[in-house]
Amino acid sequence: MDLLLTQHIREPGAHTLDFYVKQGGYRALKKALGMTPAAVIDAVKASGLRGRGGAGFPTGMKWGFVDQTSGKPRYLCCNADESEPGTFKDHVLMERNPHLMFEGCLIGCHAIGAKVAYIYIRGEFAHVQDVLEAELAHARRAGYVGTNILGMGFDCEIHLHRGAGAYEAGEETALIESLEGKRAQPRLKPPFPAVEGLYGCPTAVNNVETLCNVPLIIERGAEWFAAIGPEKNTGPKLFCVSGHVRRPGTYEAPMTVTLHDLVYDAKFAGGIRDGRALKAVIPGGSSVPVLLPDQIHVAASFDAIAQAGSLLGSAGIIVMDDSTCMVWAAQNLLHFYTHESCGKCTPCREGGDWLHRILGKIERGEGQMKDLDLLLSISDNILGKTLCAFGDAAATPVLSTVKLFRAEYEAHIREGRCTVPAPWRSSAKAMAHGA
Amino acid sequence: MTFHPAMDYGRGRHQSARALPEAGPAFVFTAERRAKLEEICARYPPDRRKSAILAALYLAQEQQGHITLNAMRHVAEVIGCTPAQVEDVVSFYTMFYTRPVGRHVLQVCRTLSCALMGAERVTEELARVLGVEPGGTDAAGEFTLLEVECLGACDRAPVVGVNDHWHECHRPEDARALVDGLRGKGTAVLSGCYLNVDKA
Repeated sequence: MDLLLTQHIREPGAHTLDFYVKQGGYRALKKALGMTPAAVIDAVKASGLRGRGGAGFPTGMKWGFVDQTSGKPRYLCCNADESEPGTFKDHVLMERNPHLMFEGCLIGCHAIGAKVAYIYIRGEFAHVQDVLEAELAHARRAGYVGTNILGMGFDCEIHLHRGAGAYEAGEETALIESLEGKRAQPRLKPPFPAVEGLYGCPTAVNNVETLCNVPLIIERGAEWFAAIGPEKNTGPKLFCVSGHVRRPGTYEAPMTVTLHDLVYDAKFAGGIRDGRALKAVIPGGSSVPVLLPDQIHVAASFDAIAQAGSLLGSAGIIVMDDSTCMVWAAQNLLHFYTHESCGKCTPCREGGDWLHRILGKIERGEGQMKDLDLLLSISDNILGKTLCAFGDAAATPVLSTVKLFRAEYEAHIREGRCTVPAPWRSSAKAMAHGA
Repeated sequence: MTFHPAMDYGRGRHQSARALPEAGPAFVFTAERRAKLEEICARYPPDRRKSAILAALYLAQEQQGHITLNAMRHVAEVIGCTPAQVEDVVSFYTMFYTRPVGRHVLQVCRTLSCALMGAERVTEELARVLGVEPGGTDAAGEFTLLEVECLGACDRAPVVGVNDHWHECHRPEDARALVDGLRGKGTAVLSGCYLNVDKA
């Protein structure tokens, strides 16, 4: 398949307006503005596009839910707070193909009747923001953003909003809170943002990659889009492969590609580095269950990976070779979740910290067998008991590694030491990161 | 009340701690930054100036290097909210510093993909070369060493953020070269983001 989202990213000047327009950019916007908002939403529904941020919710349906009757302004928020460990696809799109995202935002605004789109970009992406600010100014000068866009009577502004270091801001209601100038903490749902979102107004929150697919759908048709990839998992997809592979990177493919190919095929990550053996794969960002080497012969689609017992999530594929200690890996991730927990819900705030301390104890060789049951019990007390999916995400690395690598946990406890030390780790570190 | 029957609350881990930063010298935005802030405020509805708190805090940090109590009070005044609301925000986000930091803030990504590629040793070597523990600043106020969570460049691990710039594929054994390079040539020694082929 031809590349659709990342075709030109390595060409000089690919991020500029001139380059984008020469490739046929902003034609979809013109076409969309000639359609009714309902027709745009219908096209996105018919395309089968599912949200690329992690949940895989149908985008057309999300837009269809945006309340058109409240009489309040409506908003579109582009979620560019890419923070899920192992994920770096939106980064690529924004830095090398920013006008595709702008065009997606504008078409989305037309569809839901919004006059303003906010792009919430994570604070650490300062260099990406520089690119976006400059290109946004070019688009505004050329009449693609602002008033009477393309002379078609459509007014729409796009603004950048810089976050300041908070993983939780990627959750849609936490993102809205942060946009309102508060701590990035999730809201109780319902009401969903489609009814009461930013400033209490109907709001759609969409991931960067999701919005980047919208111009393709409008320009080339829902049917064409729906024919790419397996049924219900349509369209091009970006996969981020990192960890112990020969060629880590962002790869575009339809969701017919298998996880195995993404890890081993020379077109993609090219196999495990140094000829070592594969130990485990996290297929969708750190928040999803770990898969074993014999579980990755499945299509890298929302539905197939769910059937295999994990999730496609944000398509951040983290590959670990046989030098990796899974207790250490779980501890590393729980350090992340403990640090990033927004603190609003007790199970996540207290439970995450507690899990992290127990994992540290086991990794240092001070664990007891009963700690394993305690890990599972604490995780079970977090799962499904928090306002947002963060709690589940924090419990998942523990639940899945204890389930799949219980023998390794037990060996740590029995032998009173880490049984899988690796030269690329620091020995002092295991101590420093404990309780 | 506990969320789990075995939860142990008896070790002082669960007491809330509110550490107010130092008041610092009197703080007012420079005219230029104040104008920039008003420009940013115009992106939001007129009755939603609070949306610009993060932007205002970035400007304060840019002006003063870190955020003091007086800076928070000034931000509150300019934004039109209470100082407590500003403190609430400052204490939540990791990119606001409430203590002085060095001229170069080295932020080693410590999350899984970078850790698999040796980030722990990167921190260890930088700490050794700088003579500071993670979280600390050297005596000359030149370098601060921090460990941060996933920066979103996992394919170019390990990544070290340097203020607003990035240094990718940093090997532990290159710690000395990075530190000396920053001393001599500043951020020009950083690899930056490899995607930016135009700058390469």
